[in-house]
Amino acid sequence: MTAVDETPAVQDASGKPLMTLDGVSQVFDTKAGPIRAVDQANLSINPGEVLCLVGESGSGKTTAARMAAGLTRPSSGQVMFDGTDIWSLKKRDFRDFRRSVQYVHQDPYASLNPTRTIQQTLTAPLLKHGVVKGKQAAAERAYELLTKVDLTPPENYLSKYPHQLSGGQRQRVAVARALTLDPKIIIADESTSMLDVSIRISVLAMLGRLRDELGVGFLFITHDLAIAKYFGWRGRTAVMYLGRIVEFGPTPRIINAPTHPYTRALIDAIPEPDPDLTRTKNAESLRSLEIPSLAHLPPGCAFHPRCGRFEDGLCDGDVPQLIQVRPGQSAACHVVARDGADEPAA
Amino acid sequence: MATDTVTSGAVAAIGTTGVSRFAGILRSLRRSPAGFIGFIIVALLVLITSIGPIFTPTIEPNIKEILLPFGSPGHLLGTDNEGKDVLIQMIDGGRSVIFIGFVAAAISTALAIALGSLAAYLGGWVDSAVVTAADVVLTVPQIVLLAVLGALFKLDSPLLLALLVGGLSWPVLTRAVRSQVLSLKEREFVEAARLLDLGTPRVVFVEILPNMASFILMNFMIGVTNAIYSLVGLYLLGLAPLTGSNWGIMLNRAWIAGAIFNDASLGFILSPVVAITLLLLGLVMMTRSLEEILNPRLRDR
Repeated sequence: MTAVDETPAVQDASGKPLMTLDGVSQVFDTKAGPIRAVDQANLSINPGEVLCLVGESGSGKTTAARMAAGLTRPSSGQVMFDGTDIWSLKKRDFRDFRRSVQYVHQDPYASLNPTRTIQQTLTAPLLKHGVVKGKQAAAERAYELLTKVDLTPPENYLSKYPHQLSGGQRQRVAVARALTLDPKIIIADESTSMLDVSIRISVLAMLGRLRDELGVGFLFITHDLAIAKYFGWRGRTAVMYLGRIVEFGPTPRIINAPTHPYTRALIDAIPEPDPDLTRTKNAESLRSLEIPSLAHLPPGCAFHPRCGRFEDGLCDGDVPQLIQVRPGQSAACHVVARDGADEPAA
Repeated sequence: MATDTVTSGAVAAIGTTGVSRFAGILRSLRRSPAGFIGFIIVALLVLITSIGPIFTPTIEPNIKEILLPFGSPGHLLGTDNEGKDVLIQMIDGGRSVIFIGFVAAAISTALAIALGSLAAYLGGWVDSAVVTAADVVLTVPQIVLLAVLGALFKLDSPLLLALLVGGLSWPVLTRAVRSQVLSLKEREFVEAARLLDLGTPRVVFVEILPNMASFILMNFMIGVTNAIYSLVGLYLLGLAPLTGSNWGIMLNRAWIAGAIFNDASLGFILSPVVAITLLLLGLVMMTRSLEEILNPRLRDR
């Protein structure tokens, strides 16, 4: 997709991160017992950086994103924004924080109010927070925002209701709405997964342009590593499995040199256009395709019942910790920790 | 909700379809024939009963013309047991019934919207307080309470009657609004509004409530019909002061005079019944069109 950049410009931990999830967990109490949707996740987003969060459904991506947006309070751990815990903020400061982090939902059919025109949707936050003075100025700003998200000519869209637009157009409106208050971080929760493939690419390209032009940080959530590769090449990627981060590092490393067996399996699952390549591909073998229930997590490494590199006595004992396996790249795997990262895949 | 029209007015500079809002409303009204007929019926009844009394002569009891039947010369709907013209009484007697019906429904609907939506959105003790209060009012049989209150207070002002009827009929709609808001507030566009920090009043009243506008309107119309039923019931039982003349009082007098046993008094007892039925039918039919006006999805079809 993009040209492979050999030395990606990744901001490392030396820069001051804008947002940090510090050991956050989210536990839901259900009839089946407590469910750890997210278990002690550590993530950080630097200003203008793209952080991709990849994982299967049920891996806790959205729960982590909702904690980052301040929509739910973590059961334990801290969400730090600009160096302070957001849940210790005063009411007014919390609202400042809230405006700095905007969310683009997965389903553009549910995220826009069906009773409001596009113009009303876009001007409401502008007027409420005095970003512009007066309704005329707000209308002009809405016009600009629609131009930014490639809905041109904007006058065709301003007076429309959401149901008169296509999925891709709605998602662009949702992005424009997220931009109204000049956020520092945009959380894109599977924002392109419900769109048709052809439209998905153009929406991704538009988001990429905004990322480069506006310097907004992105927490980009997807189940599709190909999309993470396309959008987050210059950023970092965290791979989640059953509520835990299993591998974390610069996106090019995660894609080209994954160490955790789960990440490898994900990469190998990406179909190759060339059938010969597919036939000869040395795919990471899985012992099982069944994802364990969050309510009954397997002991030790949660991936061990499916893992091709499972070793009895090692993997089903302790929960593996996320440790550095290469500079800037860490993984939570007993086997990788013992054998080293550069052990070739079986 | 009124802000909607204000903002869409400001849009005019940039991109509108050129059709004014009023023309759009008229067009939607005509789309559903039943709704249009209902609208005509209600409009006619309101017009006749509000402007008509200016032109009607004052009527005095006339012993020579007691209980004239339908279509008698000079008395189209006949006369009552005191010889008063029924048609003139009908024209004079609708105003207060319609007024009390609408004001009572407006009061109960406003209370229900405010209490129900805030209870659902804010949750916690607000929710518990509202639900408990609604349950308490709901358990007290309304018509009995109205009867007791009617006996205690002098309910001669229509506004007081409206307050009383409206103040007692909010719980059902409150619980309905609450449950609707409970489901709507989890929708993603509400979450987006919260992330944009639009403020609780705006999120509740501008983002959430318009999505249930047709539901509320439907319930407002049902509220009007219920209020009119309660009111007429009060009059029929003789619990509200029988001074002056309105459709409810006419029914009471016809009933007391034993009009149902007398063929000649058919016009006397049926006229208020038919008028009340027509009004309620018109209101219910009209709701269908209003639903189209308020729901942008239906509007475009």
